[in-house]
Amino acid sequence: MTAAPSLELRLAIEDLNSAYCAALDDGRYEEWPELFAEDCLYRIVPRDNYERDLPIALMHCESKGMLKDRVIAVRQTAFYLPRFLRHIVSGIRSTVEADGTIRSTANYLVVQTLPEQPTELFNSGRYLDVILREEGGLRFKERLCVFDSIVVPNSLVVPI
Amino acid sequence: MGPLLGDKPPSEERRHWPADRTSRVPFWIYSDPEIYRLEQERIFAGPSWSYVALEAEIPRAGDFKRSDIGDKPVIVVRDEAGGVNVVANRCAHRGVAFCQQAQGNVKEFLCPYHQWTYDLRGNLIGVPFRRGYRGQGGMPADFAVEANGLQKLRVARRHGAVFASFGEPEESLEDYLGPLMLGYFDRVFAGRELVPLGGMRQRIRSNWKLMAENIKDPYHASLLHVFLVTFGLFRLDQRSSVEMDETGRHAVLVSRKGEQAVNDATRQMRSFKPDFTLNDARLLDPVREFAGDATVVMQTLWPNLIIQQQSNTLAMRQLVTRGPSAFDLVWTFFGYADDTPEMRRRRLRQANLMGPSGYVSIDDSEVMMASQAGISPYPGAEGLFEMGGREARSEDHMVTEGAIRGFYRHYRRVMGI
Repeated sequence: MTAAPSLELRLAIEDLNSAYCAALDDGRYEEWPELFAEDCLYRIVPRDNYERDLPIALMHCESKGMLKDRVIAVRQTAFYLPRFLRHIVSGIRSTVEADGTIRSTANYLVVQTLPEQPTELFNSGRYLDVILREEGGLRFKERLCVFDSIVVPNSLVVPI
Repeated sequence: MGPLLGDKPPSEERRHWPADRTSRVPFWIYSDPEIYRLEQERIFAGPSWSYVALEAEIPRAGDFKRSDIGDKPVIVVRDEAGGVNVVANRCAHRGVAFCQQAQGNVKEFLCPYHQWTYDLRGNLIGVPFRRGYRGQGGMPADFAVEANGLQKLRVARRHGAVFASFGEPEESLEDYLGPLMLGYFDRVFAGRELVPLGGMRQRIRSNWKLMAENIKDPYHASLLHVFLVTFGLFRLDQRSSVEMDETGRHAVLVSRKGEQAVNDATRQMRSFKPDFTLNDARLLDPVREFAGDATVVMQTLWPNLIIQQQSNTLAMRQLVTRGPSAFDLVWTFFGYADDTPEMRRRRLRQANLMGPSGYVSIDDSEVMMASQAGISPYPGAEGLFEMGGREARSEDHMVTEGAIRGFYRHYRRVMGI
């Protein structure tokens, strides 16, 4: 049995998504793993692989620790040209299962601005989420980003 | 879309490249449209063997996959007899790239425009209204279906990898690779059933040759790649070698894993971080799975393939040219049919190092974009490839750009420049 979310829960899910976008777009990357449960799964997968059940992912994190390692890479180890990203999330649809687990999907769009370049459409796709209620609010148990075009413009550095 | 200026053809005099200066590479070869056109003709449509697919991607009769050689789209397809055919994705009638699916299964190929139909070998088998309608129209009486099939490429296969050629290769694939490269190739493929794990693709805003240079250059890896350096995955104080075939067109970088320790070499690398640790060490949990003690073998096969074995992450990286200032890097990750579930998870985790978001490969795709941004506007300047001398020969160390010199020695021979 699944149920429709309450109005209050719908707003909380929207807040979770807004906090997620703000952490990445404002460069507050350290806040990004904190939106996930300790035991979590985060993957960025091209639609082609998803539809064919092929497991390989551009980013594959199986724990909050692996998310933190991604942040350290963005901050300290990776070389990349400076960039400015903006995540736009819309069309959030959620259901609540009997045990309280929330399943949610949304469309996303990420635009990217490289130095002295016009803003470009960088990546679009769908979020497929499993969300838990924890102390302190909602957390992602799973976030799967399935992106539309397999061709990534140059590099995908900051999480989607 | 990239941070590039227009690709201006250089004047004839600026296009001069002295015969004895292969350790210096003029920048016009990375942006000149005429050079790009010549590369398509002499390299990618020439008598070389280009990688197009893994057989494991098209296991059953009728399975096909779109691929590219240079910038020309082709289709790789399995026929009823188990053979693998490679045909141009270009209808023999009016040129439609009729196959628009990345992968799939068909009984025959149908062009949507006028419904010309081809079998799995590329033979023309159907032309609607060939005899006209009620005595009117139709193709001329001497129109021969057998002479109007799809353009068929020469095909060579070895241990599950498919290569094809638009030209007429004088050598078998085995002779083309030569015994040294064949040994490294077979190390990964011989006697193993491959399982595709999925693809990734990135459009890098640089000339394709910068990718070839990058992967033939072990020297940069010890300086640019903080991640590799810090965890001792590939560093020049480790026992390593750069080997190439007699022509210089193919090469391999071989290395063995080292420790995260301060020594004479790591002291010279600002990128070495002795105190850096992972929050989740499962990311790097390599297991030896090949004979010998090499932990990294990166093989570049002329003109369009990099075979990556970095610990337990295995991939074919195919180069698809997209004009002088861009190319697609097409990654096909794979494992083996007899992988344990634990090995399969290890391959997925280690794939975090590779691809458009790789802990290691981001550095390369970004530095290539920055390189093209410096190279394109200065076609009269030149690059310097003199680390380890001016010759092109195999070495048992990493402080060399010798394999790049080998690449350009062969490039100049094929291009006639």
